[in-house]
Amino acid sequence: MIRLENVTKVFPGAAMPSVDHVSMEVPEGEICVLLGPSGCGKTTTMKMVNRLIEPSSGKIFIDGKDTTDHDAVQLRRTLGYVIQQIGLFPNKTIVDNICIVPDILGWDRAKSRARAAELLQMVALDPGIYLNRYPKELSGGQQQRIGVLRAIAADPPVLLMDEPFGAIDPINREIIQDEFLKMQATMKKTIMFVSHDIDEAVKMADRIAIFNEGRLVQYDTPDNLLAHPKNRFVSDFVGSDRTLKRLQLLKVTDAMMHDPPSVRADDTLAAAAALMEENGHSSIVMVGPNGRVRGFVDLRTARETKGKVGENHETLPTTIKTDENLRTAVSTMFRHDVTWLACVDDDRVFKGYVTLRGITHLLGEAHRDG
Amino acid sequence: MAEQVAMAGIQRLWRIATLVLIFALGAWAWASGLLPTMADLWDDIVYLGRQHIILVAISGGLAIAVGIPLGILLTRPGMQRYSNIALQFLNIGATIPTLAVLALSMSILGIGDTPAIFGLFVLTLLPIVSNTLAGIRAVPRHLIEAATGMGLSRGQILWQVELPNALFVIYAGIRTALAVNVGTVPLAFLIGGGGLGELIFSGIALNEFGMMLAGAIPTALLAIMVDFLMSQMQLWTIPRGVNPLR
Repeated sequence: MIRLENVTKVFPGAAMPSVDHVSMEVPEGEICVLLGPSGCGKTTTMKMVNRLIEPSSGKIFIDGKDTTDHDAVQLRRTLGYVIQQIGLFPNKTIVDNICIVPDILGWDRAKSRARAAELLQMVALDPGIYLNRYPKELSGGQQQRIGVLRAIAADPPVLLMDEPFGAIDPINREIIQDEFLKMQATMKKTIMFVSHDIDEAVKMADRIAIFNEGRLVQYDTPDNLLAHPKNRFVSDFVGSDRTLKRLQLLKVTDAMMHDPPSVRADDTLAAAAALMEENGHSSIVMVGPNGRVRGFVDLRTARETKGKVGENHETLPTTIKTDENLRTAVSTMFRHDVTWLACVDDDRVFKGYVTLRGITHLLGEAHRDG
Repeated sequence: MAEQVAMAGIQRLWRIATLVLIFALGAWAWASGLLPTMADLWDDIVYLGRQHIILVAISGGLAIAVGIPLGILLTRPGMQRYSNIALQFLNIGATIPTLAVLALSMSILGIGDTPAIFGLFVLTLLPIVSNTLAGIRAVPRHLIEAATGMGLSRGQILWQVELPNALFVIYAGIRTALAVNVGTVPLAFLIGGGGLGELIFSGIALNEFGMMLAGAIPTALLAIMVDFLMSQMQLWTIPRGVNPLR
């Protein structure tokens, strides 16, 4: 969707190129995070896409069309743009700020105003309250939400975001990031997103492009980047805790033991013990008639006691949903001082186990491959 | 609560004190023969006052009509390097004493309304140009970047972003300029421009206190009125989001 071919930028009077022969492609509907230390050329690269900066050489294509084919002003109207300082116009009301591009494009007023109200509802701001306020009457987090809405108001297929959540406090940043990802799940915009924060990149990106001194060092999916950093610079930049960062990229299902054995309340403890020994487990989950998790029995109890499972089971300290990420899973294990968790779906139906050892194994795999 | 009561009390006291003061001034003015003098000169005050207002309107209007576009022009890319030179030039212009400007204007354009208007125009121009320049330059860079990045054209950025955000500072320049203007018009009488200066200077020359005040008081009132009108315009025409008064 966005394709850069050998793009280079040398600013007048500079000894080194700020962007040096960068070629990359952002596929349609994906978020590509340009990541790197300050001065690495990531922002310059992004600004060349909407021609705020003209490349010295090389070509940029959007949807197969050369960006220099048309007037820069016309081009920018088809690309949403969000900046770190937000840049809401203080002289305009929220609704006029959101509708600025639709207004320039000559949309029908009723249509653009209805769209603004709809967009506000998407980020849980009441249109009745906020449409006619001025930016100074909103908090920083609210302003940045409006900044994003303004960029998508005219429904551009491409969004360019320059450290959009950089100036927001950590708590609100998390919320806005989640909100934005939720919107993106339905919008499916092609997004180029500049960041210097590896955690933000890992969270937001479908692909991460790591820049250093004007060069594109590695362009990969977040998981590959963390598992197989290409060189010393990348591994230093992503941090020595990069393996831990992978935890939030992986889902419980990735590390889960599927279709595990389970017992029912009217099974005997002897049968339970046999089942555990057969599978080499030290405990087993008891499920109800519809497969919902009820509790568990450990191997020692099963061996030393006689009777039914239903009379001797213990309750599970906690369970985890299969669509949670492994970071949450590990955190849950640590909190409850356990080494395994029963995984359930939204209806609490038992789906499998996830064990600390299984997670360690999964994360280690990548390193052994590399 | 107690504070509010106290505030209300102080306000009432102020009102009474003001009324007493006005009454005392009126009594003094009557006793000293000032009011009868002013009443005798009423026709002159009206005639000259109108001349005065016309001079202010024409010279001030011209200064606004030239000053704002000039200020905008000097902020355009490519003009930046001239803007400092132009501002220096205007600053030097402002250091020339008012009377000297009028005298120079007279020596070039002769006697009458034209040199008076020209002199006043020159004096009024500087604060308008410099405030327009400063106001537009003070618009945060990131607003311009956001506007450019979203595809606003140069003209759209000027009208929708730069001017509205600079408006308060531009108005402040116009207010200063018009205050200077109204106060300088009496001097225009010296080069044949007419206006309330005629009463003031004749009063001084004839040592007639009443006649002088018949010129000075309306001039002061006019200045206050113009400033009040400007402040009201500032209050109501600047968008609420960028108006520190609202």
